[in-house]
Amino acid sequence: MSFDDKKDLKDTLSASTEPKEERSGLSRRGFIKAAGVAGGAALGSGAITGFPMIWAQNIKDITLRQFGTGVSNLNAISQKAKEDLGINLELTALDSDAVAQRVVTQPRSFDIADIEYWICKKTFPAGTMQPMDTSRLKNFDKISQLFITGKLNDDSEIAQGTAPHTVGFVEGKESVQFASEPTNWMTLIPTIYNADTLGIRPDLVGRPITNWRDIMDPAFKGKTSILNIPSIGIMDAAMICESMGEIQYANKGNMTREEIDATIEILKAAKSEGQFRAFWKSFDESVNLMSSGEVVIQSMWSPAVAAVRAKGIECKYQPLEEGYRAWGGGIGLAKHLSGLELDAAYEYIDWYLSGWVGAYLNRQGYYSAAPSTSKEHMSADEWGYWIEGKPAQGDILSPDGKVMETAGAVRDGGSYWDRMGAVACWNSVMDENKYMVRKWNEFIAS
Amino acid sequence: MRFLTANPSYLQVTPLALVILLFLLFPVVTIVIVSFWDYNAYQLLPDFIFENYEFLLTSSVTLSAYLKTFFFAITSWLITLTLGFTVAYYLAFYIRSPLLQSVLFVLCTVPFLTSNIIRMISWIPLLGRNGLVNSTLQEINLIDAPIEWLLYSDFAVILAFVHLYTLFMVVPIFNSMMRIDRNLIEASIDAGASAFQTIFQVVVPLCKSGIAIGSIFVVTLVMGDFITVSLMSGGLSASVGVLIRNEISLLQYPAAAAGAVVLLITVLIMLSIMFRFINIKKEL
Repeated sequence: MSFDDKKDLKDTLSASTEPKEERSGLSRRGFIKAAGVAGGAALGSGAITGFPMIWAQNIKDITLRQFGTGVSNLNAISQKAKEDLGINLELTALDSDAVAQRVVTQPRSFDIADIEYWICKKTFPAGTMQPMDTSRLKNFDKISQLFITGKLNDDSEIAQGTAPHTVGFVEGKESVQFASEPTNWMTLIPTIYNADTLGIRPDLVGRPITNWRDIMDPAFKGKTSILNIPSIGIMDAAMICESMGEIQYANKGNMTREEIDATIEILKAAKSEGQFRAFWKSFDESVNLMSSGEVVIQSMWSPAVAAVRAKGIECKYQPLEEGYRAWGGGIGLAKHLSGLELDAAYEYIDWYLSGWVGAYLNRQGYYSAAPSTSKEHMSADEWGYWIEGKPAQGDILSPDGKVMETAGAVRDGGSYWDRMGAVACWNSVMDENKYMVRKWNEFIAS
Repeated sequence: MRFLTANPSYLQVTPLALVILLFLLFPVVTIVIVSFWDYNAYQLLPDFIFENYEFLLTSSVTLSAYLKTFFFAITSWLITLTLGFTVAYYLAFYIRSPLLQSVLFVLCTVPFLTSNIIRMISWIPLLGRNGLVNSTLQEINLIDAPIEWLLYSDFAVILAFVHLYTLFMVVPIFNSMMRIDRNLIEASIDAGASAFQTIFQVVVPLCKSGIAIGSIFVVTLVMGDFITVSLMSGGLSASVGVLIRNEISLLQYPAAAAGAVVLLITVLIMLSIMFRFINIKKEL
């Protein structure tokens, strides 16, 4: 899944608060200085309770403007950040295209950007963000190796596409050149990630689904859908074409023109045969297509599957033989941050990795960047269900307390290691991006 | 100063001129300039190249998108014109009481109190495979299998356009009909014209301006639309607007700008053809 238009969670919607006007009468810098003094006065007052770590006190009441996609821009996180750190987190939820645009074109409109790794590959070179000094992050060593070396386990293979570790580091503080090895300068601290596959209606497909190519089965003519976001849609298409045995890609995440042409030809042929019922662009559309029975098999994102199930309709996030298409997002710092604001941002990022947020996100079916810290904030049953792929012992609750699954349920696809270990490619942006988008338009217009 | 006092009209047009300059001319000029720029995945590169236009004007995608858009525009125009004229005619000539006339007119506008996206989306549960229309038809045994082309098809797109834009025809046509001198109708009938002759030789010529204004609304709205097309066709067909929007969302502003310039020119040509037939200034 990607971060587009994900209006899945009610609180996500209410999280879309536009950055407030700057306080009148007091300049931003002046305000920060004043806040620093006030913060100093508050030092040692011990006002913060309920959290094992003592967070810096001088960053109290600093406001950080974070924007990103709906998935991780959650009100609950901003409330908890206020509680633990005292900072005010102003969240703006946008779709991923808008996020990319804003990072590049309005660099002063945000303090913290919550973007996807493939967006990072596009936007970081524009020079509107600054890398993070990893030595300032206490929880840096807790971050999953997937984001550092690209390997979940020592023996796992690095998936195709824009694997997060390839754009995770730059060569120096002022550099916008991605480093080939981990350095001290990290572009994004991973927040959440997941592995995407096809969603199916087990009650309507009438046969086991095991491969990506099953979406092209003539039996499902007029009952399938893929997503119409070119950069992600083309990857799903590549998974399908490769599974059909039609095309062998050198790298699905960075196709050649010939590979793009061949892929689009297959899609066009399928479209003219009437294989697709519709193409969807936003989260809600995919939920509606599935729950109304318009389609029985389609590319889907995991919270969409949960949303269909929440309506009492059977829906399965089907693991497939060829593996998953994965995506990941992270938060990074705006170039203009400095001084106390920068300190606050570092503190916030460290807090983000310290476990509470991770547990919160894990409970939504995503994975958190620092699994070991989030484990401490989850019950054994929750950890077993969401991460270890074990049958639930009791009710599994969503973060807002709704029953998602009952005892005995097993997560589709199994454990964290089963799912993230079977990633075939990561969401990416190709060198031939311009060409690909033109071809994609050709497919849609055909 | 002396010039201004001698010619106060210049002073009077200044506010409007400034507004137009700032909010119409300036953005359009910017779009034209950007359309000659180069771009890569994340940046606009100021330049002067014709590549954006070259691709746009030679691509088969552009042609098919334009054909599709013209198809939508012309079909929607014909249907909204027929519907709009009929409704306006009924309101203007059959309803005698001015009160009832106003009430019915307001009734026409009631659906417009909700956003047009909502009005569009509300068709989806109605027309879907398991939607109201299909299940009703199946229940009364008129059809065996659900009709697939009701939703996510050109039919659905045009249905939505007609639903959304008929009022834009009704209002100006109704307005010009109300200003027709009733004696003319009487005279026409007295002179032996049939009802149809009266409509086509008296009423239609006299509400040309209303028809023109309504047509301008409908045609320009449909030509520039992207959301109706992508929602109602389920993303299966692409109008010019959809292509531009795709490019914008991928930060390909120069390509989108070139698309917008070509679309603007196309629509302007269409309007100038319409103005050929009707001199709106004279008719108003």
